[in-house]
Formats: sequence, C-alpha cells, structure tokens
Amino acid sequence: MRLYNLAHVLRSKNSGPFQVTLDVLFDNREAYERVKASGMLTREAVAARYQIPVERITDYAWYDPGLGVKITYLRDTASGTVGDRDVYGAQQHAPLMDIEIP
Amino acid sequence: MRTLILSPCGILGYGFPAASLEAALREKPDAIVVDAGSTDAGPHKLGAGVAIVSRMAAKKDLALLMRGAKERKIPLLVGSSGGSGARKHTQWTLEIVQEIAGKMGWNPRIAVIWADIPKEAILAAQAQGKIEPMSENVPAITPETLAETNGVVAQMGVEPILKALREQPDIVLCGRAYDPAPFAAVGILRGHDPALCYHLGKILECGTLCAEPGTAKDVMLGLLDDTGFEVWAADPRRKCTPTSVAAHTFYEKDHPYILKGPGIVLDLSQCAFTQVSDGRVRVTGSRVSFPPYAIKLEGARRVAYRTFVLAGIRDPLLISQLDEVEAEVVRSVESYYSDIPRESYQIRFVHYGLDGVMGELEPDRTLPHEIGLMFEVIADTQEKADAICATVRSAYLHYGYPGRKSTAGNLAFPFAPSDISFGAVYAFSVYHLMYVDDPCAYFPVEWFGGETDAAV
Repeated sequence: MRLYNLAHVLRSKNSGPFQVTLDVLFDNREAYERVKASGMLTREAVAARYQIPVERITDYAWYDPGLGVKITYLRDTASGTVGDRDVYGAQQHAPLMDIEIP
Repeated sequence: MRTLILSPCGILGYGFPAASLEAALREKPDAIVVDAGSTDAGPHKLGAGVAIVSRMAAKKDLALLMRGAKERKIPLLVGSSGGSGARKHTQWTLEIVQEIAGKMGWNPRIAVIWADIPKEAILAAQAQGKIEPMSENVPAITPETLAETNGVVAQMGVEPILKALREQPDIVLCGRAYDPAPFAAVGILRGHDPALCYHLGKILECGTLCAEPGTAKDVMLGLLDDTGFEVWAADPRRKCTPTSVAAHTFYEKDHPYILKGPGIVLDLSQCAFTQVSDGRVRVTGSRVSFPPYAIKLEGARRVAYRTFVLAGIRDPLLISQLDEVEAEVVRSVESYYSDIPRESYQIRFVHYGLDGVMGELEPDRTLPHEIGLMFEVIADTQEKADAICATVRSAYLHYGYPGRKSTAGNLAFPFAPSDISFGAVYAFSVYHLMYVDDPCAYFPVEWFGGETDAAV
C-alpha cells in the first residue's frame, strides 16, 4: 500500500524561513506502527526521494503520542527571496506520497 | 488555582465567529490572548514594514476582543503586533486600538512592549561570540548586510510580558514575541507550572487548529490547573482528541516534541493526552528546562528589484528543448546589454508543469504537453529589471530554435501588457540567536492611556 493511502495527513510547511518540514500523521496506531516498522520512511529513504544529501536533513523524529513522523531539511533558497519557488513551503510533500509500504 | 485563557484565532485579523467568542466569554476566561505574528509570508512584511492582515480586518477583530475584555474586566494581550512586531507594526496596532477605544468611550491602560534590537548591540554581541545562526544555511551577519537591514526585531520571552502584567494593564501590545509567550505569561503570573504554560501557549496560539475540523479562524479555550491543562474549542462541533492535540506540535516546527524558545526547551516526550469529555482533552507531563538565555533575531533587507512575465508554451518541439533555447535567449540578452555589468542582474526561468514547484528536488521529469512559464529579471534597479525583462521577452518570443515550425511566436501571453514590474525583493538577512544576560534588556515597556496618564 502506498504511504498516501495510510496517512491521515501528509504535508510540508516552512519551519522558519530556512527549513522545510515534512509531516506524516496517522489516525490509527496500527497504520503508524506499520509505517514505522516498515523501514521505508527512514532518513536515508527520504533523502533519496528528494535527491539531497542525508546531512541536509536536520531533524527526523517519530512521536508516538501524536502518531506521526517529522522530517525537517534545509532549504537551498530561503523563503520569499530571489530563487524561491514555494514561499510557505506548502507543496514539497508529493515525493513521499507514493512510497510503497509493505 | 485555575486559569482559563481564551484564544480567538490563529492570527489577529483572520477573524472568528462572533458566536464562538460570546460562548467562550460566558465561561469566564481570565485573559484574552491573541497572536498576530508569522514569518510564513516571507521577508517582505518585515523588510517593507507592512502588516500581514488589512487594517480593516485587524480593527474588526480588535473591536470585538476589546469589548469582551472590557465587559469581563480581563486583560487583552496581543503577541507580535502587526505581524512582524517591529516598531512600525506595533505602532500601527496601537493606533487602531486607540481609535477603537476612543469610539467606545474607554481609556484603557495600555502596555506596549517594544522588540526592536539596536544594530550596535548585535555587532557587539557578535564580537563577543554571542550570536549564532538558526541553521547552517543562514547567511552570516556582516556590518554591510546589517546596515542594509531595515530594522531588526527579536522574539521576546515571558519576562518582559510578566513585567507589564504585574502593573495590571487593560491591554498589552507586544512587539515581536515567541508565539506561546503571551499565553504562557498569563499562566506563569498566576503561579502555574511554566512547562504547562508554554505547552498550552503553543497550542492556543493557532486558534482551533488542534481540533477536528481544525482552523486558525475560531475560538479556543485552555484551562490550567495545578497538575495539567485542558483544551477545547468554543464551537462544540470542533473536537479535540488526544491525537489531534498531541499532533499539533508538529505544525511548523522543526521537531515534534522538543520545542525551543527564549530561555527554554520544552520536552513533550513524556506527555499524556486524555479525553476527559466530548471534544475536550487533558494534557499532563510537559517538561521544561532552562538553557542559557537566547533571543531569536529577525531582520530583512532589500536585495533587488524584480520584473516578471507569465506565458504558456504548447508547442512540443519547443518543450523538448527549453533549456537550450533559454541558454540562447540569455546569450542574446547578454550580448545586447554588454554595457551592463553581468553581476548586476539575474535571469531566471521557472517551468510549471515540469519542475516549477520543486526545482532541483523534483523527482519526476516527464515532459508535459504544456508548460506554464514564468521568467523574471532580478536587478539592482527597477528600471534595469524592466528593460532587461522586455528584451528577454522579445528574444524568447521570436527565438528561431532548431526545427521550429511555429515561426510567428513561441509564447502565449495571458495578459497585455505581459511584463509585470514587481518592485523590491527582500531576504532575511538576520535569523540568528543572540545570547543575553537580561531577558528584559531589549524589550522596554511603555505605557499609554489609563487613569494615571489622564491625571498627569
């Protein structure tokens, strides 16, 4: 099943003007644990999807009470300045959607 | 001890249902607190000194909140006044408040807490090693970039707000503030556990975003007691659940359960979230530690001017060789303007339908049947940006690429005129932590109105 089908929320947003943060949230513990245990949404897997070095991912954390995982990476261009393409960072999540979860 | 805090919406001026406010006021809150700030919309608001919301919207919200605060005899606190919280934005908010108060026949005692940081203080702190970037991709502060920066603000913590609250104000207008700080200050003043106060502030500052269905445009309530806090939306159709409240700290933060603020690190890893009644959640177990005190500085400077064009491309022969065509267009423009220093302008092409949203991070490079093209010229003057952009446009429109059949023109413009003179472009030139000894040092409280002032 694709991550998109298991997630309740799958989004991106600025975390300040110099970082973008990806959130994948679930509405049931079973789906959350399934994705967490699958090993398909590791720091390395996300970096590969975004074609960025792993070091550009500054935060990577699963939060059991919130049934979600957060991945934060450094922007190559700061929000709202010359060269930016997404001032709010709100449309950077799509590469995660079709990750296949066994 | 119990303290009930009312948060009307996520950003002052976003609006909220009047019925929700009335219902929330009937619960007898001890304070109304509203956040007005955000850096989401980029550096332009701070750099150009303009607000996030319209004056009309800010006034509409403030009028309702001031009436509620006056009737219930409770303080009204505004965080990050005017959006960016610099002197100009805070002054703008103060004038609106004074205008409304005048119409109400009310002379409220207003505390204004300024948040502007002198540039000399920043350079001095930098020389002492007390400045560090928020992340490694933040440009270093230099005397030159700082001189070009249109004022620097810092996010205040609870300490200056507590100072104002101890004087029993009717209204507190904070300049730039850590979003949870005005909420947390209300609870801390009344003796609640700071960890719970900050965590509640983090939830309340977004209105009912932590409920389902969530929105930043509705009224939220938070009740602090001796061992935890409870949150619920004023509109009972918006339900808080343990997961919705726990997951809220994901929003716009770099980490889901470690949250850093001025002089604090909040640790939510051991929190328990419990459904206490329909739509209402109790939170316990928030923890806080107090590292060396640092305030977050924000400053923006004008870096250039922009002129841009929107156009569509439908010809597959052209779509298959965009990069080559655009390289030739740029070469022809450079040759035409050989008298203009090349480093004084940039030409950028963005291809919607191909990689317009994600740029280099786009994994899917399938060629589409149509391209939404945006190109822009960034230059050190508007006149130069206009002139060069016009030349880019005409060169692109008529460029005879190899194999071309459509010899009448390469671009479909949706508008006439096609070239949009955009104005100034800003950048965050300061986004750093500054370590300070006194949390109140840069956040002076100034008083307006009230009986004492009238008597002078």
